Amino acid sequence: MLADALLGPFFEFAFMRRALVGCLALSLAAPPLGVFLVLRRLSLIGDALGHAILPGVALGATLGGLSLAAMSAGGIAAGLVIVMLAGLAARGTGLREDASLAGFYLVALALGVAIVSAGRTGVDLMDLLFGAVLGVDDGALLFIASVATLTLFALALIWRPLVVETFDPGFLHHAGGGGALWHLLFLALVVLNLVAAFHALGTLMAVGLMMLPAAGARFWSGTVGGQVTAAVVMAMVASIAGLLVSFHADVPSGPAIVLAAGVLWAGGLVAGPQGSLMRRWIRRPHLAA
Amino acid sequence: MSRAPDPIVLDNVTVAYDRHPAVHHVSGRFAPGSLTAIVGPNGAGKTSLVRAITGAGPVEGGRIDRGRLAASDIAYLPQQAVLDRSFPILCRDVVLMGDWRRVGLLRRLGRGEREAAEEALAAVGLGGFGDRPIASLSAGQFQRLLFARTLREDCPVIVLDEPFTAIDAKTTADLLRVVARWHGEGRTVIAVLHDQDLVRAHFPETLLLAREAIAWGRTATVLTPANALRARRMAEAWAEHPEACARAA
Repeated sequence: MLADALLGPFFEFAFMRRALVGCLALSLAAPPLGVFLVLRRLSLIGDALGHAILPGVALGATLGGLSLAAMSAGGIAAGLVIVMLAGLAARGTGLREDASLAGFYLVALALGVAIVSAGRTGVDLMDLLFGAVLGVDDGALLFIASVATLTLFALALIWRPLVVETFDPGFLHHAGGGGALWHLLFLALVVLNLVAAFHALGTLMAVGLMMLPAAGARFWSGTVGGQVTAAVVMAMVASIAGLLVSFHADVPSGPAIVLAAGVLWAGGLVAGPQGSLMRRWIRRPHLAA
Repeated sequence: MSRAPDPIVLDNVTVAYDRHPAVHHVSGRFAPGSLTAIVGPNGAGKTSLVRAITGAGPVEGGRIDRGRLAASDIAYLPQQAVLDRSFPILCRDVVLMGDWRRVGLLRRLGRGEREAAEEALAAVGLGGFGDRPIASLSAGQFQRLLFARTLREDCPVIVLDEPFTAIDAKTTADLLRVVARWHGEGRTVIAVLHDQDLVRAHFPETLLLAREAIAWGRTATVLTPANALRARRMAEAWAEHPEACARAA
């Protein structure tokens, strides 16, 4: 009976299987990026970039029709342009990068909504913002899987400088290890993943699967590698739980997945083994030495 | 390190922020293998000067000649407080960052590097701390850890900015032994310091800086009451609307 409720939907319906595979692929790639965003004190950048890709998606749909390729290319191009502009503005003027990015993404978001509303794109704004994971087709699935694969390989390659640069950017730069390059490569991966996730979850919810497990991971591990593992596991659990809730309770799947991730995050916040509220509330006797 | 480093020669160096000079027309020479303290009041331009020497900061005028030394041949330990001490990383991994110049992006960090990291930790009094997260360290232990990383950088020139500020006497004494070891190995060491007794006891050369070089040479001849008075006057002098410097041309 229970097994039927948990496994049945995935055995029975192809659209559930596709949604599951897509979300699990996203769960492998996006949360590690989220962990680095949190450690780099750029937690809200994911949100900003999520909005920033909207005008590109809308323009892509206007120019190239409602095709996966056109919308993805537009989203990636818009995200990369805004990352580069914000980075240049920040480095050129001393304006903090988050402030600079905030300026650019607000303009981009307004532009996106204007394009979607004015044009005859045939795009439903609600679909853009909140996605339709149960409507993920083979093309979208292939795109998501490709992005996840690329992200994992890229992360494996730049892991070392990324960790050093996050902890002590001055040191890496001084030792001749570069700086801006790793940062831009990393943000490019963030953009790629947000565009991939947007097909399943929409631009607003895509950020949830990236940031909520990452924010929760610090309550589970004291090393970067441990936090990345914890974030991936949490994202996978949230994906499965969210899809099941969505199926049985007839809730939109994007919000259901993000809400499940939210529950896991709150759980870690309250009862995780590292610096959670419970660790502070429950006083244990101090050690002898 | 195989050969003695080249000297670092300052030729009329000026560092300015928004046109106001922080370091003003300083000339002189850090000899190969010398051990020099840079002292002076707050705001005297000490940090600006060492940042310029290491290539981390800008030079407005004049020239810094490092000979065959690249900027990345200089190990630079900036003032504390900028790093996130709650960052989720183990002490050993911080020390291993010192191997960056040798391993870079792709080369393997093997058993040899890990053993060298343990030795460096032991040399700064943190033996056996490899598996501890840095969040568990005190401020003094954290500074020891950064010295261990600097040890592993194995650079011919080492620049330390206020390495003993807010550090207790025992830690300072231990880390001074590391500085003496670098000096004994023929490396050029430059340290920004405030404690003049410590400078007299451990640093043969001193540069007294108050925007301009008040005195530079043997520590005993630099740290005199007359020079200290000149440095204080120079540091307190502040003009609301100064004219362009006549020496700039």
